[in-house]
Amino acid sequence: MSRLKAFVSRLSHLFLPLFVLALLIIVNLIKGADYFSITMVNGAFYGNIPNMLFGASELVILSIGMTLVTAASQGQDISIGETGAITSAIFVWYVLRAGDVTLLTILVGFLISCVAGLVIGAFNGTLVSVFKVQPMVATLILFLGGRSIAFMIDGKVSPILANEISNRIGTVIPGLPIQTPIILTVVFIAIVSVVLKTTNLRLYVESVGINPSAVRLNGIDPKKIIFLTFLIMGVCSAVAGFIAVNKAGRHDSVNLLKFIMMDAILAVALGGNSLGGGKFSITGSIIGAYTIEMLNRTLLRLEVNPEAIKVFKAVFIIMLMVVASPVVRVVVRKALDRAKTIASRYSRGHTGGLSNAVVSMTDTTGKKED
Amino acid sequence: MRSLNTTRSKTRLSNSNLLFIIAGVIFVLMYGFALISYPGSFMQFQTFFDLFNLNAALFIITLGLCVVMIAGGIDISVGAVCGLVTMACALLLESPMGSILGALLLALAIGTAFGVMHGFLIAYLEIQPFIITLGGMFLAQGLLTTLHKDPINVTMPAFVALRNYTIEIPWLGTVNRLGYFIPSEIKPGVIVVVVLVILYAVLMKWSRFGRNVYAIGGNSQSARMLGINVKRTRFFSYVICGLTAGISGFVFLMTTGAGNIGNGALFEMKAIASNVIGGILLNGGVGNLLGAPIGTLTLLTINELIRAAGVQSNLQAIVSGLLLYIFIVLQSIVMALRGNERFRLTLPPWLKPQDKEVENQG
Repeated sequence: MSRLKAFVSRLSHLFLPLFVLALLIIVNLIKGADYFSITMVNGAFYGNIPNMLFGASELVILSIGMTLVTAASQGQDISIGETGAITSAIFVWYVLRAGDVTLLTILVGFLISCVAGLVIGAFNGTLVSVFKVQPMVATLILFLGGRSIAFMIDGKVSPILANEISNRIGTVIPGLPIQTPIILTVVFIAIVSVVLKTTNLRLYVESVGINPSAVRLNGIDPKKIIFLTFLIMGVCSAVAGFIAVNKAGRHDSVNLLKFIMMDAILAVALGGNSLGGGKFSITGSIIGAYTIEMLNRTLLRLEVNPEAIKVFKAVFIIMLMVVASPVVRVVVRKALDRAKTIASRYSRGHTGGLSNAVVSMTDTTGKKED
Repeated sequence: MRSLNTTRSKTRLSNSNLLFIIAGVIFVLMYGFALISYPGSFMQFQTFFDLFNLNAALFIITLGLCVVMIAGGIDISVGAVCGLVTMACALLLESPMGSILGALLLALAIGTAFGVMHGFLIAYLEIQPFIITLGGMFLAQGLLTTLHKDPINVTMPAFVALRNYTIEIPWLGTVNRLGYFIPSEIKPGVIVVVVLVILYAVLMKWSRFGRNVYAIGGNSQSARMLGINVKRTRFFSYVICGLTAGISGFVFLMTTGAGNIGNGALFEMKAIASNVIGGILLNGGVGNLLGAPIGTLTLLTINELIRAAGVQSNLQAIVSGLLLYIFIVLQSIVMALRGNERFRLTLPPWLKPQDKEVENQG
């Protein structure tokens, strides 16, 4: 029974992202009933849902890292796209230098790019944890200079990554029906969830986000935890950059993962997480990231004028945040309580059965509003 | 006991003023370095005035953002609102019923509308400022592209006259190679900048609103206990920021004379960087408003220096990022040393700042 209660409370935490996702699916189904149809092309699944999963893979990975950074340091990393551009530039540089491309080359290149991501994460993390700079300001440095560094590593405009293995990582491996970026995303999510289940990371990160001084008095160094979250963010950026560059087939240092930090922060907020740090839900962020990708694709599917897409997106975000805001919730709850008391007072003079029904109805709506 | 007595005799410098002095020293050093390395260009007064002439809009945006940052918030929509205002005003001026007064009113209206929206949602509905202003940014960008996609050059005669109007300063100038004396010129936008800097500095320092902004930025809980209307103060800080973004859009149009999609792009990041260099922290409650123009000047001087050095454009971005890094680390080290009580800056009495900011002594 208590397990069921915990499950329900977790579900109510995820109410906002799930509600939005459901809303978008309904809108899509109204537009055309064939939304869920999946076709098989060359032994792989294609359709609206697989394409959405395919397109959101980088965003999901980045939003996982962003959730941890936000929870621990009470601020956001705005250099994630630039970090991904730099690490993928190093990956492309290594692969192109190797000449003969084998699976080992790709793997070594990927590991080198992950190390580069760690170095960049260490740079940002040092600024935030040791020098106590606000995360947004600390990462502003790389945001301004990062793309230029990536271009300098490339040495020319968009080097092309033309080899069989990269192509397969970016699209689909023969024999597997699911596109490779989706598989990589699932593997990454699995690794993260195992790490969160088996280690104290979640507890430490949440407590650092809630009260750093109390954590320090309890013998945990908040600096180390914040530094660690930035290292994880660096690895997340490296993986996202790896997927993005393999998808694109060439390294465009100017446009690769451009302005993705806005979407990633939005995903964190949509997932019901506070941008002021503290308790976090990775599941919420992942659902939030898929919601954003679905929103983008829905607007395209509804044939909204391309110039006006951002207006619709903005109105959607603002309305969503208004609905989810604490003040509105309190107002709604009060109104529901009042309705409940009025209903019970009204029904006391009449039949008892009706009042029970009304009360239970208002109860369920109250639970939904949680 | 002796140390206690010595500190009591001197007024302790507040964090705001310490950061402001660091920003000022950095700017003076930077400009001095520029003067020494490129005397040919930086010695001319016109070079200094051109920093203002060409970037008046950025100065104005930084001022508005400064108020919000001192109040402990953030507004990342300012650049997009500035761009939207330039396009809307350009369209209005090109239409048959366009007038300069009408365009100015439109600019103020758009800016205030965005400010009121952000302020209401953030202050009264308690939504996170980053997300709301991100939504505002998307909204402004979307409206900008919906209004018009191609650049519009304003050809209205009255506006072109205003755009080309320059104020000559006859006693400051340089003699060119042929021996003619060329007086320095400033644009009308610079006067707007100067007026706004004075206005905002007075507002933040001596008005009740300004002191309330410092108080809610420092600690909104204790500000509320002191009887300050936290929500209304926060609301008006965003309204002022939006209004300032509107003005900056009009000034931008006065500088370039064309509405374009790329107008005001990345201004929000530049403004945040300028404010940070100027000693206004994102945490809120700390910072001197005069630091905002000083920070902008430092950032622009860095860019001019790198341009004068003639390095590759990609190196420019890297070098300016590196300099930003050095400033941030420097500020942080000074603040940390100050926290450890090992570092005390005592000023001669004639340099001592005249205010008593009791609320940010912590």
